[in-house]
Amino acid sequence: MAERPYPEADPETRHFWDALAAGRLEIQRCRSCGQHVFYPRGSVCPHCGGLGLDWVAASGRGTVHSFTVVHRAPAEFASEAPYVVVLVDLEEGPRIMSRLLGVEPAAVAVGMPVELSISGEPPLPYFRRRI
Amino acid sequence: MTDRVAAIAGVAESDLGVVPDKTYLQLMAESSHAALAEAGLTFADVDGLFSAGGEDYAATMRLGEYLGIRPDHTDSTNIGGASFVAHAGHARIAIAEGRCQVALITHGSTQRSQGGRTLGRSGGVRGPAQFEQIWGLPLPVGAYALAATRHRHQFGTTAEQLAEVAVAARRWASLNPKAFMRDPITIQDVLESRWIAEPLHLLDCCLVTDGGGAVVVVSAERARDLPKPPVWILGHGESHTHFGISAMPDLTVTPARWSGTDAIAMSGVARRDLDVVELYDSFTITVLLTLEALGFCGPGESGAFVAGGRTGPGGDFPMNTNGGGLSYCHPGMYGIFTLIEATRQLRGECGERQVDGARLALCNGTGGVLSSAATVVLGRG
Repeated sequence: MAERPYPEADPETRHFWDALAAGRLEIQRCRSCGQHVFYPRGSVCPHCGGLGLDWVAASGRGTVHSFTVVHRAPAEFASEAPYVVVLVDLEEGPRIMSRLLGVEPAAVAVGMPVELSISGEPPLPYFRRRI
Repeated sequence: MTDRVAAIAGVAESDLGVVPDKTYLQLMAESSHAALAEAGLTFADVDGLFSAGGEDYAATMRLGEYLGIRPDHTDSTNIGGASFVAHAGHARIAIAEGRCQVALITHGSTQRSQGGRTLGRSGGVRGPAQFEQIWGLPLPVGAYALAATRHRHQFGTTAEQLAEVAVAARRWASLNPKAFMRDPITIQDVLESRWIAEPLHLLDCCLVTDGGGAVVVVSAERARDLPKPPVWILGHGESHTHFGISAMPDLTVTPARWSGTDAIAMSGVARRDLDVVELYDSFTITVLLTLEALGFCGPGESGAFVAGGRTGPGGDFPMNTNGGGLSYCHPGMYGIFTLIEATRQLRGECGERQVDGARLALCNGTGGVLSSAATVVLGRG
């Protein structure tokens, strides 16, 4: 079976993956406009064009913005299907794609509260239902 | 109404469907030859070259070499499946500026014979995609499914309403001898087809075929003496809002909101005066979102808008009259076929599927994962 794709850290993203491996979800915040930024950028804010992004801790809490139950999976994921891919709106504002762990596909709903659940090797930012 | 500076003078498809014995370049060359012949022109007349590639870096460089064309104006803009509608607008601008007189736009793909959709990839993922491709979202369908789920949540859009789009497309396809899938289907057939990515079923998804197409755009001067009536490019707009679906600002609003507004305003044509509408129907949800973005109905109203076969043959909103990407053909990127069908409708060449007296048409291409849009308004005479 084909290898499951994994993130290849680069100068813009290495901090994110290193923090995650240490158990922390860190995202960026613009020094100029104060808005949070995801995915990581080297220096330029996509909201205001300002220079200077600082790494800050995210709460790891969010809500499901949308989801799909994948049946016809890419070959590298076929053995896992069906599974739920979600878009999560983080409390801080940014939207992040992830997978939902421990929830039956039929039980997933838009607006469901979720929280970070770091899992796998390499560690990835999964989410689970937040009670 | 806008100045009539550029007109579509020739359109053609290559072989469509399953074409295992031809390359994508050959499909482009053969459709281009036919489109030029329809315009009474040859490759020697072409001085503007437009293509998006998909299988090639620097698409028009490869194509120019293959066809023996040294253009005075070259444009390899690739914004996914919307590219070719954008190219038509770009050709009009280039002609208006006197950069070229005869613009050739073409696309070809052997996506079906060369292994179909890839859906994903393996190994290390670099750049922004590393935050999406690691999750196994099949692309593009999974991204469109995320939009469909959101639309359902916000507006109560039903699976039946999505299915209406596929059923109407198949009814049109049954009237098109070139369509790949022509047997009638019902809403129940769509709902009972297997899941791909919920809430999208197999029959909510476009075909995977081989094929190519070409469109020749000429200056007003050249358009005076054509074998076929010219089809004028009256308005054009284009935009994009994101690359990956995570970054789409609003999952229910495509960039056709901006491309459509610009194209319609430039044309001076009122929406109600359009006779035929050709929208890129990569998935049934694409059509619903595009109808809203183009202002044919309000936000969230598209499900009710298409109900009752309204967009099918005999309905009061003729749309995707060739059968669309859902039933006619879909070689990798579909946008160019919206131009081909609209041109034929405005010339009155469509036989059983002809929309009576069609004089004004709108084409909209969508690219990526609802990422880009390009719109043109076309008019006869």
